[in-house]
Amino acid sequence: MTRQGAQEESDNMLIDEPQLPQRAQIAALPDEFNPSYLKLYYSKLFPHSDLYRWMSYGNDGKHPGCDSSYLGRREFSYTLDNDIFVRYNTFNSAAELENSIKEKCPLKIDIGPIYNLNPANRNAYAGDNVLTPVERELIFDIDMTDYDDVRYCCSGADVCLDCWPLMTVAIKVIDTSLRDDFGFRHILWVYSGRRGVHCWVCDRKARWLTNEQRAAVADYFRVYKGNENSNKKVTLMGQVLHPFLARSYTEVLKEYFETKLLTSQNILSSEERYEKILDMIPDQSIASELRAKWQDGRRSSSAKEDINIVRWEQLKQLLQRHKAQGVRRCVEEIVFTFTYPRLDMEVSKHMNHLLKAPFCVHPKTGRVCVPIDPNNCEEFDPTTVPTLTQLLEELNREGFRSDVEGEWNKTSLGNAIKLFRSSFLQPLLKSCKEEMESSYNAKLQQSKNLLSW
Amino acid sequence: MQVVRSHQSHSTFSSSTGSVSASPTLPLYRSAPELEVRLEDFESFAVDRLRVLKGISDGLSRGKKPDEMEKLVNELWKTNMRHQDSSQVLNKDIISHFVLRLVYCRTEELRKWFLSMESALFRHRFRNQTAEAQRAIMEEFDLPCKAVSNAEFESLKEKLGQVARSIGHNHSLPTADAIYYKVPFEEVPELVAGRKVFINQGYAYVAMNQVVSLVATIFRSLLSKALILTNRKWATSIREQEQHRLTPIVEALCSSYLGPDYSQPKEYGEISLKDIDQLAKSSFPLCMRHLYEKLREDHHLKHAGRMQLGLFLKGVGLNVDDSLAFWREEFSKKVGLEKFEKNYAYNIRHNYGKEGKKTDYTPYSCQKIILSTPGVGDHHGCPYRHFGEENLRAALSRMGVNSRAMEDVMGKVRNRDYQLACTLTFEALHAAPCDAGINHPNQYFSDSQKLLKAKKDSSA
Repeated sequence: MTRQGAQEESDNMLIDEPQLPQRAQIAALPDEFNPSYLKLYYSKLFPHSDLYRWMSYGNDGKHPGCDSSYLGRREFSYTLDNDIFVRYNTFNSAAELENSIKEKCPLKIDIGPIYNLNPANRNAYAGDNVLTPVERELIFDIDMTDYDDVRYCCSGADVCLDCWPLMTVAIKVIDTSLRDDFGFRHILWVYSGRRGVHCWVCDRKARWLTNEQRAAVADYFRVYKGNENSNKKVTLMGQVLHPFLARSYTEVLKEYFETKLLTSQNILSSEERYEKILDMIPDQSIASELRAKWQDGRRSSSAKEDINIVRWEQLKQLLQRHKAQGVRRCVEEIVFTFTYPRLDMEVSKHMNHLLKAPFCVHPKTGRVCVPIDPNNCEEFDPTTVPTLTQLLEELNREGFRSDVEGEWNKTSLGNAIKLFRSSFLQPLLKSCKEEMESSYNAKLQQSKNLLSW
Repeated sequence: MQVVRSHQSHSTFSSSTGSVSASPTLPLYRSAPELEVRLEDFESFAVDRLRVLKGISDGLSRGKKPDEMEKLVNELWKTNMRHQDSSQVLNKDIISHFVLRLVYCRTEELRKWFLSMESALFRHRFRNQTAEAQRAIMEEFDLPCKAVSNAEFESLKEKLGQVARSIGHNHSLPTADAIYYKVPFEEVPELVAGRKVFINQGYAYVAMNQVVSLVATIFRSLLSKALILTNRKWATSIREQEQHRLTPIVEALCSSYLGPDYSQPKEYGEISLKDIDQLAKSSFPLCMRHLYEKLREDHHLKHAGRMQLGLFLKGVGLNVDDSLAFWREEFSKKVGLEKFEKNYAYNIRHNYGKEGKKTDYTPYSCQKIILSTPGVGDHHGCPYRHFGEENLRAALSRMGVNSRAMEDVMGKVRNRDYQLACTLTFEALHAAPCDAGINHPNQYFSDSQKLLKAKKDSSA
């Protein structure tokens, strides 16, 4: 922190503290994160039981097919105050989970894999019995900072409504493919609290993928090869696009590029920006022809039409009638460069990666990591996601009542929790139950057959 | 398999019973055969096979294209796996494979290397089989797939054609008599990763000319499991029983061919923080120099970059405390001290075996670096492979490579001889030959230091 910043803050504290009455103080609190509010959040609002039911995958019932050691082999890790990172917390019941969270009040809860053994006892085992992850959701992490070279509105940790559509595109492309191509059904999208989204694929098959298979799915989604040290970022090979890329292009990328990002990011407005695109054109004569057109700004400056759109149409016209296929393909390469999802590959490739649990509160923004409905993801607005302070104000307005379950219902967290249940948790648990039933019956049948011999 | 001395003294080394695989030319190595092996053959067969695997490994790290690899493997196999008695060719193949299993079962790193090379070899040899032999092998593996029915094929014909054209298989566009296999996508990870198949509702549609991937994946997973079992057997019984006979051979076989791993700085002891800037200029290879400069410039590196540079510095002789101080100095400028201690310090201690599994990690070799795939915002990898030509030229001239040497280096790069390009750079900068060639960034460093020290001593 700079010295000036520290000065300002201590000034504020001096002015604010002694004068405000308690009620007004809460209302006047800045939308910042305050660790002492977390306790209230965890005791009144955090959906402990939903987290527990999700993580149990049906193993919490009375069914004889249940694996009672299941939840206890799952790693939860906490980030506590003063940056203390506590790994390998495990819980055997809903009450243990809830009490631990309430007591420790972690700034962040991360969910790890399910291990072969209870990781809390990891030191008790020796020799061949090393702690190995055996089961883990297939996860994806998309972070806006990876798009810094294609967005001009913000950079780093900031996001705004001009660049958020990049995340919308990512959700649409990945979600469609996970469902249609890979056949997954239980997919949860979560706002990461600041500048990105997380995706949890929870189908049984997804949870049992090996590292190599996870890497294969992640690579299927990857079109970026190279970086600022090499010249081009997206190279689309072959005569035609793979059906997945072709579908992504025609159904999502093209539209978002042409109707949103092109103008909101002013992708072709200034020399510095259009040069970056001209660099991507393999045919030098076309690049110079366009450059000549665009440098003479007056001719095309008819006030009605957006300059980005005018220039994009000119570019497309020249490229698309070219005889070399590599040059025609360049239009698509530009669109992919500016819109196609950029995944943090390492997160998806390894089972032992930790990922923040939904409904955590981001310590920098104070915003809750709420689920996003992939079917209506274009309506999701990160700037209106409830913050911790806002939720406590809402609770405050309603008046605290310790005797009522589900206080969240009265706050703006209500819709988020309802969405979590209806679109994700309930269908998931239904499948888990069916799978458990059928695998149990199969086992039963098998042992019967054995007996009859 | 029994190992006997030439004069037929029997030993108890026998891992399991079973018969030689059915396929006459391409064994699947499902179980160790009952064969008697002379001690001399035990070693010499293994060395011959190792030459093949090592050749494949070199070819891959030079980024050779599939058709070049095809030629290379053919050549390697022909020159090394011959036997004057043609009836012994198959035995040599099987025996050498099982001996190398013993050699390469003993650590994760060794297993991984052996697994990749044997799989590459298998894949190559499978492709050279007749269609009939291929089908026989598929049957033997009991593949979990069915040929796509006519009706289903008709409904997907367009998509399948789209995929074939997208990967340049124009000559094999799907026709009515084409055979496609429908398999769960997770059975063909390599085809999925390369978007080489059409995937729908969890199933990949694999063309007949792609079944090699399917078969190789199964081969690989069976071998992977077998190596773990062999390792267990090795550790619990074989090593002890054979300590005067096979164990020395097995141990020598692996170390003599992998080269030093540079996990412990041996020759020059520790280096200190204040010398790093100077050392980076004089003795870092380009890949490390680039990471180092980027770190100084941006005060940040992504994970893979931190691993590549951090382990190199460890091998060079930076101790864990200096290493922490080094990274802290840079990162704290960007992310702040607090965040550094929280997010990054653990990782650095981890590299030195101070946290987590407490494994002492080894610095990356050229081969590993060349095969990495840097993405947006990454600076790791091998500049000779991963930089565009312009960037590479600029970086080399900043290092002080003159224009004549530059053309030689670029020539090697164009031939995808990345390690040779690095060797030429070394020679140009040190005005001295480097006959062994560069195989490891830490070797570059120690060779460079050796030369510089010698120069200093002779001028003093």
